[in-house]
Amino acid sequence: MTITTLAELSANLNDGKTSSVEITQDYLTRIENSTHNAFISVNAELAISQAKKADQQRANGEASPLLGVPVAQKDIFCIDGTQTTCGSKILEGFIAPYTATVVENMQQQGVVSLGKTNMDEFAMGSSNETSYYGNVINPWGSNDQRLVPGGSSGGSAAAVAAHLAPAATGTDTGGSIRQPATFCNLTGVKPSYGRCSRYGMIAFASSLDQAGPMTHTAEDAALMLNAMVGFDPKDSTSLDLPSEDFAAQLDDSIDGLKIGLPTEFFGEGLDPEIAQLIEDAIKQYEKLGASIKEVSLPNSHLALPSYYVIAPAEASSNLSRFDGVRYGFRTEQYDDLIDMYTKTRTEGFGAEVKRRIMIGAYALSSGYYDAYYSQALKLRRLISNDFDKVFAECDVLMGPTTPTTAFTAGSRSDDPISMYLNDIYTIPANLAGLPACSIQAGFTSKGLPAGLHLITPYLQEAKMLNIAHKFQKETDWHTKVAPSVNSSSTAEGGA
Amino acid sequence: MALDTDTVHTIARLARLNITDKEVTKYASELSNILELVEQMEAVDTEGVEPMTHPFDASLRLREDAVTQSDQRDKFQSLAPESEQGLYLVPKVID
Repeated sequence: MTITTLAELSANLNDGKTSSVEITQDYLTRIENSTHNAFISVNAELAISQAKKADQQRANGEASPLLGVPVAQKDIFCIDGTQTTCGSKILEGFIAPYTATVVENMQQQGVVSLGKTNMDEFAMGSSNETSYYGNVINPWGSNDQRLVPGGSSGGSAAAVAAHLAPAATGTDTGGSIRQPATFCNLTGVKPSYGRCSRYGMIAFASSLDQAGPMTHTAEDAALMLNAMVGFDPKDSTSLDLPSEDFAAQLDDSIDGLKIGLPTEFFGEGLDPEIAQLIEDAIKQYEKLGASIKEVSLPNSHLALPSYYVIAPAEASSNLSRFDGVRYGFRTEQYDDLIDMYTKTRTEGFGAEVKRRIMIGAYALSSGYYDAYYSQALKLRRLISNDFDKVFAECDVLMGPTTPTTAFTAGSRSDDPISMYLNDIYTIPANLAGLPACSIQAGFTSKGLPAGLHLITPYLQEAKMLNIAHKFQKETDWHTKVAPSVNSSSTAEGGA
Repeated sequence: MALDTDTVHTIARLARLNITDKEVTKYASELSNILELVEQMEAVDTEGVEPMTHPFDASLRLREDAVTQSDQRDKFQSLAPESEQGLYLVPKVID
């Protein structure tokens, strides 16, 4: 079994070796036969009709790189006429009345949507265990050892790793693309804040949320990012930039590249086997002509505390819209308006979401605002300033994406703090708004994937993907398929 | 800092969430643990540091004051748990 990339599918469609309908049907069959619980809903009819349309467009001589290529969409993106739950009971049965700009942009390019992937409720979680729609199974685990796929984009990660889709969208507020990408041996990219429109993407923490691709390769990530980004007047924080081809620099030489290794990313708590794999990856970069420099991000220990004020504060405000009046779930029995609000929210939200709403409500409450929220925003500035300083002397920062490999289901769900520590290396890039990605860095002795984390200066996605691509040209970690994934379908046979 | 159960009930009321007496101790302890993590922030001197509300301190754009959306009331209200004659229905709030 080998991986199937967007680039390959696109080439095969171009050469007339297969059709979009054929590819789409193959993936739909694989989804139907899978037991990973990676999808919350699949709209096969819609997918096939989009595939037919793409095949027709191709027959008419139209072409765009991803025309007719199917992908999975995280269930945080609204798609007109389809159920969008955000992993929550409170949105069970909610049929979105409009389409997220990111999805709209992809549809303009002829991308087919296979279905909506499972996720932690409202993107709050690192294991996909907070989803109302059940846990997702990481294909890298086994029946004896059930592993989490990571989160919050756990369904997207498992779907791509199990070859239920060649790529998927994710969203990343504190690591929700990069951490599951690591746990499932994928490439996951969080673009600069403002690259992808947040319109139609259900909000968690608005000043941190950013959509991005989850793929097998950096090349695929570039192709998908090309289709996802773009200025959107409907998002007040969308960046109005000239269009850019993120694949243009993929093959550029990285001779002379200056890599910074923040000492803070190699401290206590890092699995020694992962540390070794990262060291090996760095050596690979040295062979490609890069130079290494130890640097320091002295305020990075403040990232986790400030994140756990800022994100819940913004979430408690964003999630106040779920009141049982205009859409979504409403409780059955109530005495008055306040009682209706309260029962609706108490029954509609899960435990982790309630916990974070409570923290946020507390941090924003009268008398505590300055001590918590305001102080957290000041620390955010210090963390961001640290990056500005180190990027004066290096082009990219590298380290591990996560301190551990995928853990077993249930092992951390009772301890929020230990769960939060998963995101210790990924959160600083969200706070600073910087582009970052995780790429496949090899396997521990237990056969579990580790991720190499790259952070670059603002708007340097093309350079970042170039750096990632050059590594993937020299290594084959990204081509490894989980042993549990079978090739029973013809998804890649036709390709 | 440990939160007492009264504070937990107050936060829950602000957030429009019901917390049972059984849950309140669990919440008090979990929230206290998270606030302990957050207390590391207090030790940092941030005198003169401008709060960063946005990754690149952008100011909000203005747009032309023109109609850009069409009326989709019926479509949106079809999603509501209860609506009637173009109105969203909620329990009576004024006697």
